[in-house]
Amino acid sequence: MTDGDVYITAEMRSVIGVPFRETVSYPVAASDIRRWAIAVYYPEVPPRLYWDAAYAAATAYGGIVAPEDFNPFAWATAEPELAPRAEGFDWDYTETRLGVKGPGLKTNLNAGSQTRYGPRIRPGDVIRSTSRVHSYTEKQGRMGTMLLTVVRSTWVNQHGETVKETDQTSIRY
Amino acid sequence: MTTFTVGDALPPFTRDSGFAYWNRYAAVNDEFIPIHMEDDAGRAAGYPTAFGMGNLTWAYLHVALHQWFGEDARVAAVGAQFRSAVTRGKRVVISGQVTGVRPAPGDDACDEVDLALRAEDQDGTLLAPGTATVVVRR
Repeated sequence: MTDGDVYITAEMRSVIGVPFRETVSYPVAASDIRRWAIAVYYPEVPPRLYWDAAYAAATAYGGIVAPEDFNPFAWATAEPELAPRAEGFDWDYTETRLGVKGPGLKTNLNAGSQTRYGPRIRPGDVIRSTSRVHSYTEKQGRMGTMLLTVVRSTWVNQHGETVKETDQTSIRY
Repeated sequence: MTTFTVGDALPPFTRDSGFAYWNRYAAVNDEFIPIHMEDDAGRAAGYPTAFGMGNLTWAYLHVALHQWFGEDARVAAVGAQFRSAVTRGKRVVISGQVTGVRPAPGDDACDEVDLALRAEDQDGTLLAPGTATVVVRR
């Protein structure tokens, strides 16, 4: 812990940059993409690029692609495989995975992301994600001292291409 | 084919909000978190109601980019900070302004267009400032 830090410990700083989660998706299904597009375009009909194979084949993409924000890891992953789910949420998940003590805070919010995109995700793709803590910082907010954690995740497809690298910031308080 | 110039303002993209939107998103992203499903949980977190997922506002930024630049546009980068919650009944209004245009490296037919993005509610309260870079054919 450095001067003034309330939640960030030396133990937490020691695991910055260490991978804490590696995940492999199941092969992306066209129905995964179709349902995702329906949800994010609701109440509009999503573009045919996301659900009409014949239409998509005639575009510059040559076939259906996923919206850039598509998440191939929702619900279940090939690695790790399905496991029983806890009812609550462990907001110290990152630190727990890294074998260090987390701050034990009760609220976790998504504060934003910075993302760079590569090739689009397509049906049949298998995506591997590797995540590590990029930084810990603290700031004062209306709910008191808040812990900001930036997690960098890199997604690589079965061809070795980086389809996405994102720095996602969470706020815990 | 369209060319873009620094200062160009793009037409607002809007979405209403509420459980009909959030539940659909939860269903595809497995994001069943109480603050997005129960007003009591939203209030416990310091907000007047349940509120929408930041990931959904994030998705709307991408929908807006393709509405403005077409489905062939390549979204190279997007960034956003979630400053205020999209509580129930808010309307999300996303606007964009061109901040830079340059030839795309390695592709004489395309430009890289930089954008300042702003998601706000119907009263002008800032929800999420952002940036994006999109590769578009001239």
